[in-house]
Formats: sequence, structure tokens, C-alpha cells
Amino acid sequence: MRKMLTIISNVLRGSASRNSSTLRAVLQLLAVQSEYANLTAPHDHDPDPLSRLKDAQPHSPLASPPLTQIPPAEYKDLGHTNSGQALGHLGPHNRPLTDVVSSEAIAQKESYVEPLMTSGSSISEEINVVPPLTERVSEKEKPIFEKIISPVIDVSPSPVLITVKLPNPAASPAQLSPAVANSSSSVTSTDPHCPPPAESLLGLDNSFPEITHSLAGETPFPEPQLAGARVVVSARTYADFTPQASFDIKKCDVHKLEEGPPLQAVLTREEGLQYYRTMQTIRRMELKADQLYKQKIIRGFCHLYDGQEACAVGIEAGINLSDHLITAYRAHGYTLTRGGTVREIMAELTGRRGGIAKGKGGSMHMYTKHFYGGNGIVGAQVPLGAGVALACKYLGKNELCVCLYGDGAANQGQIFETYNMASLWKLPCIFICENNKYGMGTSVERAAASTDYYKRGDFIPGLRVDGMDVLCVREATKLAAEHCRSGKGPILMELQTYRYHGHSMSDPGISYRTRDEIQEVRSKSDPISMLKDRMLSNNMASVEELKEIDVEVRKEIEDAAQFATTDPEPPLDDLCNHIFYNDPPMEVRGTNPWTKLKSIS
Amino acid sequence: MTAPVPCDICIINSILLLQVTVRDALNQAMDEELERDERVFLLGEEVAQYDGAYKVSRGLWKKYGDKRIIDTPITEMGFAGIAVGAAMAGLRPICEFMTFNFSMQAIDQVINSAAKTYYMSAGLQSVPIVFRGPNGASAGVAAQHSQCFAAWYGHCPGLKVVSPWSAEDARGLLKSAIRDDNPVVFLENELMYGVPFEMSEEVQSKDFLIPIGKAKIERQGTHITLVSHSRMVSLCLDAAAVLAKEGIECEVINMRTIRPLDAEAIETSIMKTNHLVTVEGGWPQFGIGAEILARIMEGPAFNYLDSPAVRVTGVDIPMPYAKILEDNSVPQIKDIIFSIKKTLNV
Repeated sequence: MRKMLTIISNVLRGSASRNSSTLRAVLQLLAVQSEYANLTAPHDHDPDPLSRLKDAQPHSPLASPPLTQIPPAEYKDLGHTNSGQALGHLGPHNRPLTDVVSSEAIAQKESYVEPLMTSGSSISEEINVVPPLTERVSEKEKPIFEKIISPVIDVSPSPVLITVKLPNPAASPAQLSPAVANSSSSVTSTDPHCPPPAESLLGLDNSFPEITHSLAGETPFPEPQLAGARVVVSARTYADFTPQASFDIKKCDVHKLEEGPPLQAVLTREEGLQYYRTMQTIRRMELKADQLYKQKIIRGFCHLYDGQEACAVGIEAGINLSDHLITAYRAHGYTLTRGGTVREIMAELTGRRGGIAKGKGGSMHMYTKHFYGGNGIVGAQVPLGAGVALACKYLGKNELCVCLYGDGAANQGQIFETYNMASLWKLPCIFICENNKYGMGTSVERAAASTDYYKRGDFIPGLRVDGMDVLCVREATKLAAEHCRSGKGPILMELQTYRYHGHSMSDPGISYRTRDEIQEVRSKSDPISMLKDRMLSNNMASVEELKEIDVEVRKEIEDAAQFATTDPEPPLDDLCNHIFYNDPPMEVRGTNPWTKLKSIS
Repeated sequence: MTAPVPCDICIINSILLLQVTVRDALNQAMDEELERDERVFLLGEEVAQYDGAYKVSRGLWKKYGDKRIIDTPITEMGFAGIAVGAAMAGLRPICEFMTFNFSMQAIDQVINSAAKTYYMSAGLQSVPIVFRGPNGASAGVAAQHSQCFAAWYGHCPGLKVVSPWSAEDARGLLKSAIRDDNPVVFLENELMYGVPFEMSEEVQSKDFLIPIGKAKIERQGTHITLVSHSRMVSLCLDAAAVLAKEGIECEVINMRTIRPLDAEAIETSIMKTNHLVTVEGGWPQFGIGAEILARIMEGPAFNYLDSPAVRVTGVDIPMPYAKILEDNSVPQIKDIIFSIKKTLNV
């Protein structure tokens, strides 16, 4: 929409010099364009984006408290929709939000455009008929179009309109162009950008001699520029996209549960685009990390998440940002969905001071608000997650904790200890086993006597979910969240998913599985392709639109990689900091008795 | 002022002194901290309905209920992890290990999940937790139940390790530990639980805190410095009393904190006495005494030593059961006296 208006205004600018009436039209159009931009930019649930920037505090490493110490009142749930999608987030260290509201978040807002006009949707046979679009058109959608176009038509000093206003019998309203005739009288000039109606102006002064002169013999058609503008507007509306559609999803196997999630999931266009963008961001970020690792810019551990994107995105869609999440070492995707930015994540991987943990944690130790990492010891995060859930229950805030582990960790004893206590104390904990078929190099059949991971909770109800389908994951997570929030205690979900890369960057990933297998999953079950196909075949997005998202994502990743490779490493002064919280500065022994290093909290 | 548990009251010089056992001091400290801060809670085996395996948490469940005093199953790794997770999410748990021998099952959670997290997250995630329980040798409990973990936990950055001796130590240090925003390993001693100490009014106040990281000189002396922690401080004081009759005045330092070690207090004392003997219950190799000696060697106090510093430690063997063997596996007063005389060359 912005592009379109830019084109129009460029066209008008070009011809403005010829005619001051056109100049006026240009000015009004530009004014209206900026007004329109304000109409589309704010998200439904974020009425005043600028207030966030006002409240932003400068980054101060000494002054900022750990995430648990930030009182809940300060934490703003930004741009959060009912379906649980996050568009922005108060980052660590109370950084100015301009840093933290990532280009991704902003881009998401910009890419979403409310349909200006609605028309019939194209419904494919396999999906259910959705309620007539006219019923679902929100109040906002209808007037926008008219709001934008009408003032231009109403108050433009085009001969046509001026003809209307003058008490000139030669031109009556009925002879005017449809554009003018149809213009809504609902738009008044309460808007500061719109000058008062032409009648008052022209009734009072004679400042437009040329217009007066051109009245005679003017045909009642709109000015060429205006007509052109109108044509451009109607061709570029997103009128023909389906706002939402319903999709069949795979049935989940259940264990000690009466019923699983519904067999159909509703996806709105907005959600679809957001899931697509987030999954694509994760995918490209992981592939970029692969590249950087091979260039030896990233070192040590790097466990990549590509192939499993639907899990991270689907889970986040089923919970709120105020809920909690903890996972193991394959954590980059979750760091993103939980509010981290690509820049911070990549800079952490490259060990720079701009990293989410200032370069001190690395791939496996990334934290954000209500996200407890990133944990390197297999299985240790599960009792931690139950502990977080205990705190949720104790503090009575109706929050829950999602506690993830892999098929390899599923055999750890401490997990069974945790199942026991979580169940005994009815902790609001969703245990999720991301079964990607291989624990490092060992396939599930060789590691587990029972590969029904969703049943391994025994007395804990379980579901087995298609982890490659973001909608399936989302619906299952919603069901699980409902279960926990109603006080029934923990629940277990097994997400059947797949990782394209090996266990880590030091594992090529083909010694224990065949390339054919990887290829098959890529071609048949790729989560991003699945979502893309669904959206395209139901006319929920255009190929160009998705391509545009791809381009934006690529750019974001490039920028982040650029930052990650050029940001300086942490200063040596930082070496001994952050040993203790809220402690006076202390001395730390260096490598020899004469080296005394300083440590501050 | 009301004490929740019965104790003897001695009125001396119009100052109200209480005789309080270490057990009661710990109990009172926990009670007061539970009352003071709603986020504090206690979990461990038998802490609630059983009143504590060693009765340290007697009466607390009755007063605070299931939400704040939680009995756990016998799953150390699990409940230690749960305690750490709760601390990460904003609570302030006290995680009791029935003895620190069982903490080995959970040591990964103590070190990798609790101690290192604040550093790994560069200050984003703090873990305000206390791990407490009896540590070291008891009586007749044999090898698997008698290990001292001071050196193991004292080794790790990110932890504070505290080892109280008296009732006053127990009270002040436990309060400080609970109020501290970092993981604290609180090493008690089963044999000290029943020992009464005098407690002044100042110590009885609800906000009496002993700073973590500061040692205390329990007895002033001039000829030799004895450095010790936990139960061994009693033995050092007894040895000092015996030697005083022979004209040797020992300065006895109660470490109170293992990590961070108060090297300055020890150095200041050595600069006065010129001799050092450390006394501990744990094994010698890579232990507390080893660390103290190394630090003294590397520091300014080395030049003040008139003879090499030595360590008195437990014997380098797993703890035997038979009484005579057990008695000879840990330092006795005579061993301390012997080492002192050897060091002083008398």
C-alpha cells in the first residue's frame, strides 16, 4: 500500500509544477498518505507504539537487574494477540526498545495490511466454507478506503468538484463522475490534513482564477491524475485474499486423555504470514549459522534447529509470552520466539559483546524474559522446568511452564523423578519431547525400550503430535495449556519432528541415516513448505508476498550476520563480572598470584 | 521476644543470655526468614511432617503448611533441580539434603544449573537458593555417609560456601544465606546440632546477620594461629585450653565461610603469631587446608612464617565403622596439640 501511494505521489509531484490545482491535490494526497500510514502501522493490540519508546531506558550493564527481578508491572506485553503471537518484547538489560523491537517485528507490522475492500473469497473444496466475508469485515476495513480517497476527491480543487460547489446550473451533481457522486459524505473535515470543503473556500475568495477560467466547457470527468490514481488504488488492494481458512490436521494419539485436540485448525492470514515469517527467520538464521561455523567464525557447540521450526513457532502460538519456557541445547529457535532478536542471537554465537549473553554464554546459554535457556546438560532442564512451574503455582499468576527435551534425554532418570513430583504436586508444566528420531547418532530404536515417548509419563496424560505441522503443534499446545491452567497438573506432548542437520556442526548427520531419508522429509514434510502450500492454495497470500517476506528475512539475517561478525568481542574487563548478583565488587585470582582481577555484579 | 523452642535462660549481669543449641538456632533462623519473606520456602526429605530428619525444621510445617514446607520423594537430582528452577523463576528456596553425601546425586544441578548460570547469562538470570544439610563425619555412619564436601563445593566459582560452628554462626549465617541472591551451600554438622551455646540479645534480634566471607577470631593468641571450620573449631579451642596451661597461647580462627575465603584475617593473624596450623575433618588431598596453605605461601604472610605451615586433616581413607577405627580416622585434640608443638618446635 505504501509503495502504491508513493507511486501516486511521485506521479503527482511530477505534474504538480504545471498546475497549482494539481499541486494541491498532491499535497493533500501526501497528507492523506501519512495519515493512512498511521492507520495501518499500529497493531490491534498496541494502540500507542510510541509510548514504548518514551519509556525506554539506556543500556546500563551495572544497573540492570536480572530478568526475574524485573517487577511484572514493568514488563510490557507488546503487540500480543489472543492467539499468542509476540511481535515485540522488552529485551534484556532494559535496553532501549528501538534495539529490541527487531526489524522482524517491525517488518511484521508493515507487511500486514488490512484488506481495504472485500470481495468473494476463493474457497477450495477441501476446506470448510467460512462465514460470508461481509459478516467478518471489521468496521475498520470499510471506511479506510473511503477515508483515503474521498478527501482527495472531495476537496481537490479539480474543476469537476469546483463545478459541483458553485451554484452553477451547468453542472449538477448528477452529471459528475461516479467517483465524486459516490464519495461519502461521512468524511468531514475534522481531520487537520484535509482543508475545509471547497465550497467555503471558493465562496469566499477568488484565489484560483485559472480554475474559474477552466470551468467553462469542462467535461464532468475526473482529472487524468485522479482517475489514474483511482485505477492504481483498486488494482493494488489486497481485496482478493482469504482472511482466514480452516485446515484439517492430523489426529493426535492420546494417552490417558479423553480426547485430543480438534481435527481442524483455523488459520488467519495474519497468523499465517507471521508463522511463515518466523519459521523462515529461524530457518535462514540456522543456515547462516551453519555458514559462519564452516568459516570458523562460530566455534564450539552449534546445534541447529532447521527442520523443527514448526515446533518452536507452534508452541509459542499456543501459549503467552507471560508463560515460561525452558529447553535443551538446540535453543536458537526458542530464543527467537521467546523475544530474542536475530542480531543478539548471532552475536552470541560469534561471541561478541552485542550477544544476548554478552558473549559469555554461547550457543547453549541464551536467556530472555521467561526463557530459561539453553541448557547444556542433557535432561537437567526438565527438573528446572518443573521448578519454574512450581513457582508459577506458588505465585498464583496462572502461568505455566513449557519444558522441552529430546528423544535422547527422554531416558534420563531425573525426568522420571520430575514426572513424579510434577504429578504429585499438580504442577502446571507441559512436558514436551521433541522426537527427531535420533539422539546424537543413536536412533530411537537403539536407545529406548519404548519409543512411545508420549506414554512414558505413565500416570501423566500424553499426546503424540505431528511436529512438522505448525497448526497441529499449536492446537495441541492450546489443549495442553488449557489442561495445565485448569489445575489438572502436568501433561506430556511428543512432537514428531526431524532435524535436517546433524546433531551438531561436528556431525555430518549421514553416518547414521541416509541422505534419501533427509531428502524425503524435506520434500514431503517440510514445515515451511507445508504452510506455504496451504496459504497459496487457499489464496491467503500471493507468491510475491511470500517472496517479499523471504527477501526481508534474508536481509534481516544478512544484517544480523554483518553485525555478528563486526561487533567487537567482549572487553577483558568483563572477564570476571557476573559471578554473583547484588554483591559488592570483589577480587578474583587471575592465572598467577600477582594477577588480581576485578569482579562486579 | 519469644523463642519458639524451649531453652535455658541464664541472667548474667542483667544481660539476657540464652543457651541455644545449634539445631534451635537454625530452626529459629528459618522460621524468621519464612515469616519475613513470602517467597522463601523449604523443601527436602522429611522436612515437613516428620519435623526434619534431624528435627532442624521442627514446628515449621505446622506453622506454615504444605505450600511452604514441602516433603519430597527420595529423588535428590529431581528436587534439587526443581528448587533451582523455582529460584530462577523468582522464589527463594531452601533445599535441604538429608546429608551432603546425597547431594552428590544432585551435584550437577548445584554446579551446572545453579552456580554457573548467573555468569553464563551475563547477569540476566540469578539463582537465589540455599542448599543446606549436615556435612562431614557423624558417629558410626560409615563410609558412604561421612564425607566432607567443603573442598568440592569450595572449588567452584559462582557458589558461596558457608560452614558455621556455633549457634550464633548458624543463626547469622543462615539468615545471610537466605537473604543472599546467589546460590549458597550451607554445610552444617550433625554432631553440633545438640551443642548449646550462649546467645546474646544482639544475636537474638531478627535482623542479626553475619556477613558471608568474614572469619571470626574465637580466641586471641600470640604464639600460633589455628584455622578451622565447623566442629573442628571446638577441638581447636579445647587444644588451646590445654596448651594455655603450658604457656602456649593459640589464636583460634573460625573460618565461618569456606568460599570466599577470608585470607586477610588469616594473614593478619600470621603476621602476629608467625606460625600456622589448619585443622579440618575432611581428607587432606586438594582440601581446605591445602588451599589455605597455598594462599598463604603466595601472599604477604609467607615472609612472616617462622616454620612451614601444616595441615591437620582426616585420615586419607574411607570412613570405617568400628568405633576405635572411626575415632582414629578424624583429628583428635591430641593430634592438634602434637602438630602445634611440632610447628613451634617445642
